[in-house]
Amino acid sequence: MLGNMINKGRIKSPWVVHFDCGSCNGCDIEVLACLTPLYDIERFGIVNVGNPKHADVLLVTGTVNKRNQHVLKNIYEQMPGPKAVIAIGACGCSGGVFREAYNVVGGVDKVIPVDVYVPGCPARPEAIIDGVVAALEKVKTILGMTA
Amino acid sequence: MISTIILAILALVLAPLAGALITGVDRRITAWLQSRYGPPILQPMYDVLKLLGKEPRVVNTWQALCAYVYVVGAALSVVLLFTGADLLLLFFVLTVGAVFLVMGALASPSPYSQIGGQRELLQMLAYEPLLILVFAAIATVTGSFKVSAVFELSRPLLYDIPLMYIVLGYALTIKLRKSPFDISASQHAHQELVRGVYTEYSGPFLAMIEIAHWYEVVLVLGLCGLFWSTGVVGMIVLVAVTYLAEIIVDNVTARLTWHFMLKSAIGTGVALTVVNMIWLYAQ
Repeated sequence: MLGNMINKGRIKSPWVVHFDCGSCNGCDIEVLACLTPLYDIERFGIVNVGNPKHADVLLVTGTVNKRNQHVLKNIYEQMPGPKAVIAIGACGCSGGVFREAYNVVGGVDKVIPVDVYVPGCPARPEAIIDGVVAALEKVKTILGMTA
Repeated sequence: MISTIILAILALVLAPLAGALITGVDRRITAWLQSRYGPPILQPMYDVLKLLGKEPRVVNTWQALCAYVYVVGAALSVVLLFTGADLLLLFFVLTVGAVFLVMGALASPSPYSQIGGQRELLQMLAYEPLLILVFAAIATVTGSFKVSAVFELSRPLLYDIPLMYIVLGYALTIKLRKSPFDISASQHAHQELVRGVYTEYSGPFLAMIEIAHWYEVVLVLGLCGLFWSTGVVGMIVLVAVTYLAEIIVDNVTARLTWHFMLKSAIGTGVALTVVNMIWLYAQ
């Protein structure tokens, strides 16, 4: 029974940490827009935390380059499990227009495992909220929860 | 004796549940004041359940010990309040718990956690003299430091020491980490020093700290309730009005510096106490 309650808590309270991995700030502003009274993601229990140690979901925007891939990996490893990663925007998903640049590694999935991709340039706040919900559906399947 | 044990068990079980619901209502009202919809009332419980299910990770064993002592200290002080024990003993138990929270934060070399811990010490320096003054004032009226002595009074404490209630409100704001005094860490999603004194606690240990916070909410509101000990309805109305005022203050004020907190808390606290004591003797 306690296990069921904990699983319910996991679905109802995803805390997100946002890492800007060299984005143009377009997607970052859209991520922050989710927190405003217009979208108010706190009604789903989503809280934007500043600390990977408290977070369940890692939101990454922007391309990964050779300088910041270590930082991204470090932040991912600091998060206690179970955790999910969401790549946001064209750059986060694949490297976007910077894909062929000499210093760019590519999308977020080149460095850490990504659970959900949210495309868009920039991604709309609705799409980002949808991405977090899709990540939760994935978590539900892993936990073996129905409904 | 048996009634004391029953009261203690009730306090241990019901206090965190009440604290969680009060925190949930707090988040809902805060959201409403910010023209948002807000999370469900049970949200604090979902948060803690989730944190309990996370992978336990500690910086070192001290940190884990500190989280345990903090929650035990907070729970024990609520038990002491409900069983009508000594106010001074309650104060010391509460302090030991709070000191261990700081020690756990200082056990890690992280700068966020270090500064958070030092600011938490400054907060304790601000609210603890105020609590002692309030307890001393209660003892002046009742003639005893026992909580049970308050309930033997024929009229509420609020008539005799109204200014001390303001002092207690000041201490309450600092203790509950509400704006303008949320300088070591904030209960809401505001970020200051990442998460200040909580930064290095994670998973189940953060859940324990959250449960300790629920106990502290009940403890602080229980102390407020002592000021209207003659009737249950009056007590509930007083506590509800106080907490609502606290939420409004939290939402309309900005975070202040620790210099201001220390000066204003001690200055106002001592001034109000002196005035109240003179009035009490003049009666």
